[in-house]
Amino acid sequence: MADFWQGYALPVVITVAEIVAIIVPLLVAIAYLTYAERKVLAWAQLRKGPNVVGPFGLLQPIADGAKLLFKETVIPSGANRVVFLAAPILTFSLSLMAWAVIPFDKGVVLANINVGILYLFAISSLGVYGIVMAGWSSNSKYAFLGALRSAAQMVSYEVSMGFVIVTVLLCAGSLNLTAIVEAQRTIWYAIPLLPMFVVFFISVLAETNRSPFDLPEGESELVAGFFVEYSAMSFALFYLGEYGSMILMSAMTSILFLGGWLAPFNLEPFTGLAAHLWAGFWFALKVALVLFCFLWVRATVPRFRYDQLMRLGWKVFLPFSLFWLVLTAGVLVTTGWLPK
Amino acid sequence: MDSLLREYLPILIFIGVAVALATVIVLASFLVARQNPDSEKLSPYECGFEPFADARSKFDVRFYLVSILFIIFDLEVAFLFPWAVSLGSIGLFGFWSMIVFLAVLTVGFIYEWKKGALEWE
Repeated sequence: MADFWQGYALPVVITVAEIVAIIVPLLVAIAYLTYAERKVLAWAQLRKGPNVVGPFGLLQPIADGAKLLFKETVIPSGANRVVFLAAPILTFSLSLMAWAVIPFDKGVVLANINVGILYLFAISSLGVYGIVMAGWSSNSKYAFLGALRSAAQMVSYEVSMGFVIVTVLLCAGSLNLTAIVEAQRTIWYAIPLLPMFVVFFISVLAETNRSPFDLPEGESELVAGFFVEYSAMSFALFYLGEYGSMILMSAMTSILFLGGWLAPFNLEPFTGLAAHLWAGFWFALKVALVLFCFLWVRATVPRFRYDQLMRLGWKVFLPFSLFWLVLTAGVLVTTGWLPK
Repeated sequence: MDSLLREYLPILIFIGVAVALATVIVLASFLVARQNPDSEKLSPYECGFEPFADARSKFDVRFYLVSILFIIFDLEVAFLFPWAVSLGSIGLFGFWSMIVFLAVLTVGFIYEWKKGALEWE
């Protein structure tokens, strides 16, 4: 009995505690990202944004959540009930479960698996299922068209994202996320691989269905796209899932290109043991910067037309990232800089 | 516990916690809020009239084409992953083998482009 407790039950309890320690701050971050988005958009448009509920409107996300909780969940009569309810659950849990492998500092990671980046890539690819399930099961024209568009758009940009990730792997020589960050001690990959960084960021915008690639939602034509039939908490889960995957993709961008938890300069007091104290701060700062770029783009850029979007994905990004991948591999092989 | 289990068990538990949390959130809304459905409320949303036909109608064949192209290129990426990690140890032969493979796929890509499979108008 004691053996069972030591061997299995205790590690499981510790793991659950760690998971809660990841999920709770994440949910708070998602809630306040919606607040930050409204504030940033408001400043960009010379408005005030939410400022009534609580000081500076800081309780607004909580009020929104409580409001959605007390709404009725409408399931359309023509809908496939099980799939209809499973879609938001899938979308939301996918945006959470990828965090199992994100390192916050050297050694501070829930599961330090060898194929971390592959796991992230797989989880972010699964996101398309939630959208297709929602669009198909709603049995509504808007939802169906939104889901079709969204699926085609997400798979188109995933290909160039894959090429970008492979380029980073060439330079880092490992699939482990901690090793990828440690490999950037000399220089962050955003500098030597700047074009790929740009391709990656734009692909991430398309992958998370953010403006200027928010055609699946395109409110002027499709009302709300694939989740037009959703209400109450199932609607909220889609919303939370979208913002959760924004934060996740920002974390992925920071890890792959911006040196994760590494300090931008190697000076006191950011060296030695003190580096661990600052690790979380730098990581959060980089994630916040990338997130700000998401909101900034939304405030600035008009929406793409669908043919422009597909042309950019297939005719510009795909050939370009493939070319840059081959170029990087060639340079690394000829100069002998390849990591062993 | 062996090392494989120790590495992947936290992920499994994480998936369980995430799915449970999402399910609880949806169920909580059912429990807390008063459900009062009627036939108008439950009809699919359309601009002010009853929907004419089932929404699951025919759609453009291009969407199939995009997904087929995606499968080809995603497989290509899947082959590139192990190659990229081991390039340091497989040397020039490994490098040129992959270049030949990519060249073959690029020929196919150019063919698709010329055939107009990538056009949306």
